Amino acid sequence: MEYFLQQLINGLTLGAIYGLIAIGYTMVYGIIGMINFAHGDIFMVGAFIALIMFIFLLSVGLTFVPLALLIVLIIAMSFTAIWGWTVERVAYRPLRESFRLAPLITAIGMSIVLQNFVQISQGARVKPLQPLIPGGFEVMEHDGFIVNLSYMQIIIIVLTLVLMIAFSQIIARTPLGRAQRACEQDRVMAALSGVNVDRTISLTFVMGASLAAVAGVMYLLYYGVIDFYIGFVAGIKAFTAAVLGGIGSIPGAMLGGMIIGLIEVFWSAYFTIEYKDVAAFSVLALVLIFMPSGLLGKPEVEKV
Amino acid sequence: MPEPSRTSPSGVIAKDVALTGVLATGLFMFLLGIHTEDVPGTLLLTPRPWLLASTVAIVMAGRLMLHMLYWWPSDPPTRNMRIAIALLAPLAPLFFVWMLVDDPVEIALYLAGMYLLAAALLVLRYARGEGPSPRLGIAQEKLVDFWDRFGHMFGGVLVVIACALPFMPFTDRYILDVSIMVLTYIMLGWGLNIVVGLAGLLDLGYVAFYAVGAYSYALLATHFELSFWVALPLAGLLAAVWGIILGFPVLRLRGDYLAIVTLAFGEIIRIVLINWYSLTNGPDGISRIPRPSFFGLELTRRGDPSFHDFFGIPYSPVHRIIFLYYIILALALLTNIITNRLRKLPVGRAWEALREDEIACRALGINTRNTKLTAFAIGAMFGGFAGSFFATRQGFISPESFTFIESAIILAIVVLGGMGSQIGVVIAAVVMIGGFELFRELEQYRMLMFGLLMVGIMVWRPRGLITAREPSVYLKEKKAVSADLVQEGQG
Repeated sequence: MEYFLQQLINGLTLGAIYGLIAIGYTMVYGIIGMINFAHGDIFMVGAFIALIMFIFLLSVGLTFVPLALLIVLIIAMSFTAIWGWTVERVAYRPLRESFRLAPLITAIGMSIVLQNFVQISQGARVKPLQPLIPGGFEVMEHDGFIVNLSYMQIIIIVLTLVLMIAFSQIIARTPLGRAQRACEQDRVMAALSGVNVDRTISLTFVMGASLAAVAGVMYLLYYGVIDFYIGFVAGIKAFTAAVLGGIGSIPGAMLGGMIIGLIEVFWSAYFTIEYKDVAAFSVLALVLIFMPSGLLGKPEVEKV
Repeated sequence: MPEPSRTSPSGVIAKDVALTGVLATGLFMFLLGIHTEDVPGTLLLTPRPWLLASTVAIVMAGRLMLHMLYWWPSDPPTRNMRIAIALLAPLAPLFFVWMLVDDPVEIALYLAGMYLLAAALLVLRYARGEGPSPRLGIAQEKLVDFWDRFGHMFGGVLVVIACALPFMPFTDRYILDVSIMVLTYIMLGWGLNIVVGLAGLLDLGYVAFYAVGAYSYALLATHFELSFWVALPLAGLLAAVWGIILGFPVLRLRGDYLAIVTLAFGEIIRIVLINWYSLTNGPDGISRIPRPSFFGLELTRRGDPSFHDFFGIPYSPVHRIIFLYYIILALALLTNIITNRLRKLPVGRAWEALREDEIACRALGINTRNTKLTAFAIGAMFGGFAGSFFATRQGFISPESFTFIESAIILAIVVLGGMGSQIGVVIAAVVMIGGFELFRELEQYRMLMFGLLMVGIMVWRPRGLITAREPSVYLKEKKAVSADLVQEGQG
């Protein structure tokens, strides 16, 4: 029971990180109907920017962690957003009217570019960061097994929920969100009604990338090590989360992220840790084959 | 990249270049401007201001050249002025580059690279048929005409060159090794071309079949002592079965979902190979895989019977390499011949129809399930052959060789060659695999270049460099309306 509870906490934390990345996939898929394959690598870029910024702040003597975290979040979100914007502008926008697989191929190309760029510029070795937010609560103790809820896990889960609610509200209530929903339904009609489609799509990428940056910061703080390859696997799992929750739906992405996080953690805890990725990938295949519209999504109608 | 208005005044261009600079600074400030250095226990930040400044300046100069030479604005008014600006642009970052490398040779290399880029931009502009000089336009027409008349012989010439290569005076073991590698990728590219280029099914897990072929041969040969020539067809068959097994669940999926599920399958197979220790020996891999024999003659020093004894020639280790070279050449040509024949059969035509419009296919009564499955199975079979060859050439295989990157390289070759084009795959494989082998010191930039070229070529020419999307079969004459001009359906 205690073991189960501990794994539940760990799974939800991991799921929150996946959920944050999944929101980026789901928003982009909702609006232009393509898998932004490079999104996982945008997350990785966010984690690297955060790492550099953290070390910089620590080296200039800023050791008050909440302030450092705030600065790092702002810097990582804004600079990762530039990457998201650039990727869309360079690799996707010119192909918007092209055949369906074209932007997917450029997306794979961008993913390779980002991975190798970071590998060359920052080195292939794993980059460690010292634990910045130690400590936590003891939730319960039983027969010498202590269930821990660390401050880091609380921060991750709370921040994720806040961001999810904020972004749902942006989509539901602001003019930008209305423009996004309009583009999602019919891009041509939205343009005719005065929506700046290019700008809306760009802003979607900017929002997705900054959420991925937050996920990158959280990943960095939670695991303490990153390398240039973290985006690939995390990206596929987050995409699985987005599909599982129903692509296009932000609460769905969060829910899917939580489920994937729980599956992965419980699989490692109770079965074999070697096959945890297989579990996540199998969920992806099963969901796409048997339940393509996901848990909270709308079924897609095939138009000729 | 979309084209700014042809009449952009200088002010707009200047602003655009400045914005590019700001953007590049934002992009590279952390990742290039600061390096994280590993020191025991922690990380050390070292600023790299000259690298950042050079990169930003080069990006700005490149953008200016793109404006002047490719988009060809009407302002500045004369052609010579535009070219002059473009030729001066690479000199602007010179100071930063000098501070960065401080080596005349590298500066010269930098300038050569930039002027090569300028030339490339001009060529690309002419290639669009908008060259300012009519003479060049005529030259281009002649080139196209020449290609139409003699292009079909090009493949034959390549085959002759490939057959004669081992006996050329300049050929040494190194060239043969590189050629074997290039041919392996050509074969893989042709195999994937069936799935991606012809049937339009974006398969990101192709390396799984390569792995199935390699492991099938390795296990059959080491456990049952089957010879290469017996195990090869079996390995191909097993790979084809796996193609059907993995293809069956994804039949209903559309393009991008299919891509990501095949990727997941590829990763699953790799993880299983790593962890199924009792069968595959896990990450340690399988070693001492037997070499192929030449009609029962072994190509080793102490083989019994051995190749050199039988023919009464002195032993040379190169014989085995030459033999391997001819095996992969034959396998690759077999792939090509079968593909070209299949394209003329109903199933091949159904593949191409499926690529263009799946819904129309179904409306016409084409069995899309069988069509897709044959594409998966035949593509996988050739991947399996290539895998067996890989195993017997290396003598050692491990899951390391079958990562997603390998799938991405094969896909990049197919994409760069122009999906569906057989000769394009050859050119892309020779340039991308062979070219980088010759510049070993640039090895770490290979994947970066692959990625950039994938993006660049898709943006510039979404149908690939050499487009062969004209139908394989036509009545009496080729129609002017090729598939290039027709919007593709969502397959």
